[in-house]
Amino acid sequence: MKRLIAILTILSAFIPVMATDAERIDVKEIIFGHLKDSYEWHVFSTANRDYVIDLPVMLYSKATGWHFFMSDKLEENGSYDGFHITKEGAHAGKLVETLPDGTELKPLDLSLTKVALGVIINCLLLCIIIMCTGRWYRHHKETDAAPRGFVGLIEYVVAMIVDDVIKPSVGKDYKRYAPLLLTMFFFILVSNIMGLIPIFPAGANVTGNIAVTLFLALITFFTVNIFGNREYWKEILWPDVPVFLKAPVPLLPFIEIIGIFTKPFALTVRLFANMTAGHAIILALTCVIFITAGMGPLIGVPMTGLSLFFMVFMNCLELLVAYIQAYVFTMLSAVFIGLSRQEHHDEKKKEITNN
Amino acid sequence: MDLLIPEVGTLVWMLIAAGIVFFILAKWGFPMITDMVDKRSDYIDKSLDAAKKAAERLEGIQSECDALLKETRAEKARILKEATDRREEIIAEAENRAKEAGEKIISDAREQIRQEKEEALRGLRRQVAELSVQVAEKVVMKQLDSDEEQLNMIDRMIDDVKTGR
Repeated sequence: MKRLIAILTILSAFIPVMATDAERIDVKEIIFGHLKDSYEWHVFSTANRDYVIDLPVMLYSKATGWHFFMSDKLEENGSYDGFHITKEGAHAGKLVETLPDGTELKPLDLSLTKVALGVIINCLLLCIIIMCTGRWYRHHKETDAAPRGFVGLIEYVVAMIVDDVIKPSVGKDYKRYAPLLLTMFFFILVSNIMGLIPIFPAGANVTGNIAVTLFLALITFFTVNIFGNREYWKEILWPDVPVFLKAPVPLLPFIEIIGIFTKPFALTVRLFANMTAGHAIILALTCVIFITAGMGPLIGVPMTGLSLFFMVFMNCLELLVAYIQAYVFTMLSAVFIGLSRQEHHDEKKKEITNN
Repeated sequence: MDLLIPEVGTLVWMLIAAGIVFFILAKWGFPMITDMVDKRSDYIDKSLDAAKKAAERLEGIQSECDALLKETRAEKARILKEATDRREEIIAEAENRAKEAGEKIISDAREQIRQEKEEALRGLRRQVAELSVQVAEKVVMKQLDSDEEQLNMIDRMIDDVKTGR
């Protein structure tokens, strides 16, 4: 405890100096700057310069065709080759093209942004983790002792997801869906954890990006609706309810059809909101240090200690959330897939009574 | 609000990266792990089954062993008892035989002694007779020098014989 106080005192000696450099701290901008996608990857700043990784920008405009350039071209005055980053409107923070007649046009933006690069890094990491684990199995037989260490951990998690989530939720042909759901789970888990680590190559807010979560939910959506069996579609279009609920006005089928779309929507928003909220809280707590530091050491030091304590607490909580959200996403996907592969009700009842 | 609008570019990158990763992992990654876990759990089930069977067999062998041991003990006791009986029998027989042999030796010895005694008696009698004959001869030769004396002698002898017998 004494040591902690000593560290805090030393830290507090530096904070006023840092705080006085910035005239005023725009908390909203800091938080949204970290949560949002960007064209370059800001690693860290010193007093003199920002350390930034430049990323390629790829645009296709209907008017002027393809454009390729690095993001450092945008830094100088925020515009290049007729493109500039808008500040407001529906596309705030995105590149738009100003046509010669003065109108603005949103191009097809295929830039390798921070999130896109984060996705690639996380995918590579995921590949390395799983393939390294897979390598162990190439040299061992089932009669050998179970693996220990890292391989054992991965095997344990895989076996747990398969046995506790996929097998009971999907049903009898769970083996077909296991690789997809496992990939989903590990991608979300790796991305969530990587999002909590603040420094490059981690730190991209991948699962807090709605396009990423939408993509994952769309995978579930397509899997459910493409591989859904007759029983699934019958339950939607002609469910087992009194006729007046479905005959003249298709009330229940209407609700069921809306349900098809609300399921992936809920998946998208749940993961996105959870990760965004967690990041926002941690960032806000970090900002507390810099805001209170400007108010003198009497307020600054205790508040810094308090916010450090809460940051550690929140980071631990976020680690838990990282796992839980990956688990929940996988479980709900598995349940939706399981519902789309259900056997006939009567057969199921028979099975239950037999058991 | 722009935080809530999905960007098409990100979706495209996601599709490419996640698609490749899914392809790789679904082909070479996860099946290896899940197959191995399944195989190992099968193997463990089989091993448990085998262990159970082995334990059962072992129990059977154990009881068999116990039965065999009991039988062996009974056999041993029987053999020992038989041996004891036989020993006593042999000893008794030997004693009988020794007794018989001893008796025979003793009776033989007695017989021999008796015979030797008779022989000795017979020899003695013959010697006495011879001696008495020689004595008689000498006496007769010496005393029959005179007729009177001869006659006296004969008379005495006849008297002796008459009174002696």
